[in-house]
Amino acid sequence: MKELLSGNEAIARGAYECGVRFAAGYPGTPSTEIMEAFATYEGVYAEWAPNEKVAMEVGIGAALAGARVMVVMKHVGVNVAADPLFTVSYTGINGALVVVSADDPSLHSSQNEQDNRNYAKFMKIPMLEPSDSQEAKEFIKLAFEISERFDTPVFLRSTTRVSHSKSVVTLEAPKTMEDRTAIRCNAEKYVMVPMNARKRRVEVEKRMRLLEAFAENFPENRMEINDPEVGIITAGMSYHYAKDVFPDYSYVKLGMVHPLPVGLIREFASRVRKLYALEELDPFIEEQVRALGIEVTGKAIFPYTNEFNPGIVEQAIIGHDKILRTLPERQLPLRPPNLCPGCPHRGLFYVLGRLKVFISGDIGCYTLSFMKPLDALHSCICMGASIGMAHGMSKALGEKGRGKVVGVIGDSTFLHSGMTPLLNMAYNHSDALIVICDNLTTAMTGMQEHPATGFTLQGEKTMGVDLAKLVRALGIKSVRLVDPYDLKKTRTVLKEELAKPGPSVVISRRACVLFKREKLSPGKPLRVDPEKCTGCRLCLGLGCPPIAWKKLVDPSGDQKKKGEKQQGIAVIDLNICSGCGLCRQLCKSDAIVEQI
Amino acid sequence: MDTKGILIAGVGGQGILLASDILCRVMMAADLDVKKSEVHGMAQRGGCVTSHVRYGQKVYSPIARKNDVDILVSFEKMDTLRYLYFLKPEGTIIINTEELYPPAVNLGDAVYPEDIIESVRQLFGIVKVVDATGLAVRAGNIRAVNTVLLGTLSSCLPLPLEIWETVLKNTFLPKLLEANLKAFQLGRAV
Repeated sequence: MKELLSGNEAIARGAYECGVRFAAGYPGTPSTEIMEAFATYEGVYAEWAPNEKVAMEVGIGAALAGARVMVVMKHVGVNVAADPLFTVSYTGINGALVVVSADDPSLHSSQNEQDNRNYAKFMKIPMLEPSDSQEAKEFIKLAFEISERFDTPVFLRSTTRVSHSKSVVTLEAPKTMEDRTAIRCNAEKYVMVPMNARKRRVEVEKRMRLLEAFAENFPENRMEINDPEVGIITAGMSYHYAKDVFPDYSYVKLGMVHPLPVGLIREFASRVRKLYALEELDPFIEEQVRALGIEVTGKAIFPYTNEFNPGIVEQAIIGHDKILRTLPERQLPLRPPNLCPGCPHRGLFYVLGRLKVFISGDIGCYTLSFMKPLDALHSCICMGASIGMAHGMSKALGEKGRGKVVGVIGDSTFLHSGMTPLLNMAYNHSDALIVICDNLTTAMTGMQEHPATGFTLQGEKTMGVDLAKLVRALGIKSVRLVDPYDLKKTRTVLKEELAKPGPSVVISRRACVLFKREKLSPGKPLRVDPEKCTGCRLCLGLGCPPIAWKKLVDPSGDQKKKGEKQQGIAVIDLNICSGCGLCRQLCKSDAIVEQI
Repeated sequence: MDTKGILIAGVGGQGILLASDILCRVMMAADLDVKKSEVHGMAQRGGCVTSHVRYGQKVYSPIARKNDVDILVSFEKMDTLRYLYFLKPEGTIIINTEELYPPAVNLGDAVYPEDIIESVRQLFGIVKVVDATGLAVRAGNIRAVNTVLLGTLSSCLPLPLEIWETVLKNTFLPKLLEANLKAFQLGRAV
């Protein structure tokens, strides 16, 4: 049977087809749908862990028990999980363990565009890289075979373009695997104290030599000899970009990007006249090919930054792209992403932005508050960083920073990696204020469950941690709850907590406006009474999508000139207004009223 | 058959991804190879959304290069101008007349262009202008804007009507089907 699947859905399908029944992960674009799709298959166990490190450790434990396990995360998630991964490379895994790393060239939804192929080399873990959905489904199966055969964790690397493209996939019946789980103790192999780890270290090198030999005959490392004039070594989506524009050139299409098939590459290089290494981001293949003493062109012509497309490949190789016609350039107003109409973050960040404080931000929808007109977020580094950074800044500023430093973090992000830095704040007498923007879900990636939502990934009811109690247990004495739809109260509470000495936490709680389970409709759409609107523009400061500024024209049809009393009025698009009422609270002339 | 390309573009929340899914299923039902590509994530929050669909005997890249797309279906009037460079000079354009103001326009810092349709007509021969929201309302579901535009797109492609209708029937829940079939027909008649 043929089905149209995204790369992510195909990875989940492939894992299911080859008998994987255990997966753990943490949501993160572009990887999220892998776990969501896998969790729907019959007879599988799949869980969201609070963060990627925990997911990895859950996976290692399950693999040590003999299970075939998939652990899924985005590229920066591997940073969080790196600690256990570096060492599980030494121990090996007993069952089977495949780590899916979904990289994000072009930073479509990420804070950096790190190339996780480097991790494969750094950790001495083999890595496969599919180029479309059919390969995604097949390669995850091959990854499990390699994991079992060589007693090693294996990386499957995807990129946003592979994960989020859809193509035709042939489905197969799922295999049922015999249950091989059992308690087996082998302290020498799994207790990584120096005396044992030194021995395993040697095993890692032996395994790498075996994998290098395996790579030479791995059928998914494929040579396509056509026109011998030009040869391109490539992998992943770049292969398709190149084939699209240069179908007649010769190729080495790598299915395994670490370790590289050195013999195959040498042979290919000897059979073509001009050799290119075509790869997004780092010159990972190029540098290794050059280290073999082979002349190769790569980053001298292909960009380091951003994802490629067929046009970029064509331009780089032949010096120009196929321009048939150049259109007149035109400047258009940009359309950046924005907080949704009715988003509970808007009220909180409107208030925060006017408190003249440094706002140490974190990863989530609220990161968008850095933009005008909210202008209310001043840093964002990684998951959980807001709290530690707010504390560090507050300490460094001393008296100057008193009541001036706020850290903001979402509920899911707080549970991911905010608890230890908050404990640190209590422990080290911090003076910063932390606001947990609790919208009752992992909104940014599309409403995933987490340990405070009361549900698991597979929809089972479970405990939901009480954030206020948790924060108190971490040593924070002053904990307040506010509703960010109430601007006045929110402002009052934030000011009081900033004025207090010592660390405090404010939990700003209101469900994400898109969260269907909460079934909330904040209110009825509002409108502006044009008779009452004085054109003060206060409501526009919310940056709410339905509120627009309409310039007034005088009777002759000319635009009103500067200096004339009222330049324009606000209007509200009733089709997208959520009725949250923030603008109504701001309006000093009672011009914002319910629809008639 | 060479690979052909369709680009569906607009703003997050307009139903672009469902429209391109339906289009891909139609291509599959017509025994063609097909790939589509879009980017999720932050783009959902009112930002630009584009979905490339490429089809033919054997498709490599899921995204097109400049001057390579056969049909542009623009769900938002102004955003048509953002993607013209993707079109072949002889390409077809379908424009929804809906205007969605970006933040800078809302704040009065930028002006929403007024000459969009005229300037597109000066550059391209086949331009179909559709009041998709109006037609969706007439069909009985304001959310069916995407199905209206698929209807218009279907009139530009040499594929049998039955394939489209079968795919629509397999896509929508029974309670939504009637309005969507109507929306499709209204769009196709434009």
